[in-house]
Amino acid sequence: MSVETKNAPVRPSPRRDAPGGERRSSGTKRRFNARTALTLLAFLAPAAIFVGIFTYYPMISGSQMAFRNWNLNDLSDTSWVGFGNFQSLFEAPEFWGIVRNTVVWVVGSLVPQVVIGFAVALYLKRRFRMRGAYQAFLFFPWAVSGFLIGMLFRWMFNAEFGVVNDLLMKAGVIDSPIPWLAEPGFAMTAIIIANIWYGVTFFAIMILAALQSVSDEMYEAAALDGAGKVRTFFNITLPSIATTLALTILLRVIWIFNFPDIIFAMTGGGPADQTHIITTYMIKITQEGDYGKASALGLIVVVTLMLFAAFYLMAVRPRKAQR
Amino acid sequence: MINKVSIAGRVSKVVFLALCLLATVFPLYWIIITSLKEPGAIYSLPLDYWPRQLSLENYIGLFTKSDFGQYMVNSLIVATVASTVATVISLLSAYVLARFQFAGRGAVMGAFLVTQMIPGFIALGPLYLMMSDFGLVDSKTGLILIYIAICIPFCTIMLRGFFENVPDALEEAAMIDGCSRLGALFRVLVPVMLPGVAASFIFNFVNCWNELFLSVTLMNSDANKTIPTALAGFISSFNIDWGSMSAAAVLTVVPTLVIFAFASKFIVQGLTAGSVKG
Repeated sequence: MSVETKNAPVRPSPRRDAPGGERRSSGTKRRFNARTALTLLAFLAPAAIFVGIFTYYPMISGSQMAFRNWNLNDLSDTSWVGFGNFQSLFEAPEFWGIVRNTVVWVVGSLVPQVVIGFAVALYLKRRFRMRGAYQAFLFFPWAVSGFLIGMLFRWMFNAEFGVVNDLLMKAGVIDSPIPWLAEPGFAMTAIIIANIWYGVTFFAIMILAALQSVSDEMYEAAALDGAGKVRTFFNITLPSIATTLALTILLRVIWIFNFPDIIFAMTGGGPADQTHIITTYMIKITQEGDYGKASALGLIVVVTLMLFAAFYLMAVRPRKAQR
Repeated sequence: MINKVSIAGRVSKVVFLALCLLATVFPLYWIIITSLKEPGAIYSLPLDYWPRQLSLENYIGLFTKSDFGQYMVNSLIVATVASTVATVISLLSAYVLARFQFAGRGAVMGAFLVTQMIPGFIALGPLYLMMSDFGLVDSKTGLILIYIAICIPFCTIMLRGFFENVPDALEEAAMIDGCSRLGALFRVLVPVMLPGVAASFIFNFVNCWNELFLSVTLMNSDANKTIPTALAGFISSFNIDWGSMSAAAVLTVVPTLVIFAFASKFIVQGLTAGSVKG
């Protein structure tokens, strides 16, 4: 870390007195002396030390474990095995089913979250009585941990005494109770419904914030030009918030991918490992003590996410420039 | 014609928002109702949507048959200490990142952002080994240290956004008046951006209160278990006692619900400010 040292007291940036100009503190270049530099280092040090020791060190030591035979139950042989762990992962009969589940889990949760969240945000954009209270209620799911959401929905999807079956039967949709968490297809549906319940709020809030930053003049201009609701939506609303929407989706994809809590609580990956996604599977392997294989899977997760983020950003950027 | 359309629009809006509200609130209503039923009534058909007989038996059983009181205390200690320390440390780092240009600033931000993409449990095994080297397995101190590290990156990013909304003339004036930089930060800046600091603290607190996989891996004695770990233990037995489970769920959710109800406005500000600025 090098800093511009100068034996002068901290001087206010020249920009600060610029008339009418908006001051951006993050962008201002500052000159500071060695003493200030030391203070800054001291300010940054605790954060760097904590994150370094407890986040980065285990990650780095874990990545070398991925290439080793490393089983907690038998530590007599921890030799290097090259890509052996990866190979045994890829060859496991359940692995590709788990990859497919992960995609279903991410896409199946994300799309309804975006669509419902968008609709809620559009409806909430215009002020109405009790809007504040409504938003506060919408916040509910956020206070609940992933694990508890899983438990809540596990109870509601209970085959015998669950409220979901009861309501569906009362409505005449089904004649006999569905064994929700005992059938792979139904179980997958149930965990995704739980995840949608949790995630809509996030999109509603982020999209609402973005919508509120679009100036009213644009809408007024569109109305003057006689644009209808649908055209206004596609030609003004959507392009104006495209960047925020894209970044929010990117963050959420990564986050849903990394969100094993609901599944862990609702099905534990069952029945018969049919609802595992990559991260729940990784936790299962870790709990079994095979740290080598778990680390290999961890590396796969990290690389996949990085590649996804890179491709996604590349795909999104040109559209932004077109505007 | 136009009137008909706008009435239909208004009706669909009300219906849609009402359905969303119902769907949001119902699971919580259901778990609360379940927890207040008599243990026998939970497993009886037809289901009772509006029980006339309310009972606290599940709650009493939770505290007498398990160490739930102890788990709550453990969670409270771990979450309070970890989120307080993490917020103070993040104030320092966020201040530097918001106010100064230096080589390596981008790298520090990048290092923090990367941790947001990678889940805390990615290196569960190595972390367990490291903690056992330190002698910190099944220790509240160990869990607190890890939670601090997990909270710092996002908290720093969030607080940096709040710092950028405060003019730097404030602390410059304080420093000209003889305040040290640290003094200016905590006596002048922090009071000004208190809502933001409170939101960051709350965010940390709720995350620590709810964290599952690290505590499941590291904690195993009743004296040290946090609530999520204890609840995960409830399900590993073959039959889940839904009476106790629903009571425990309600007791776990209520504190965070209350906190969020008070602070949701600030948290939304913090989240949206941070994300829009990147």
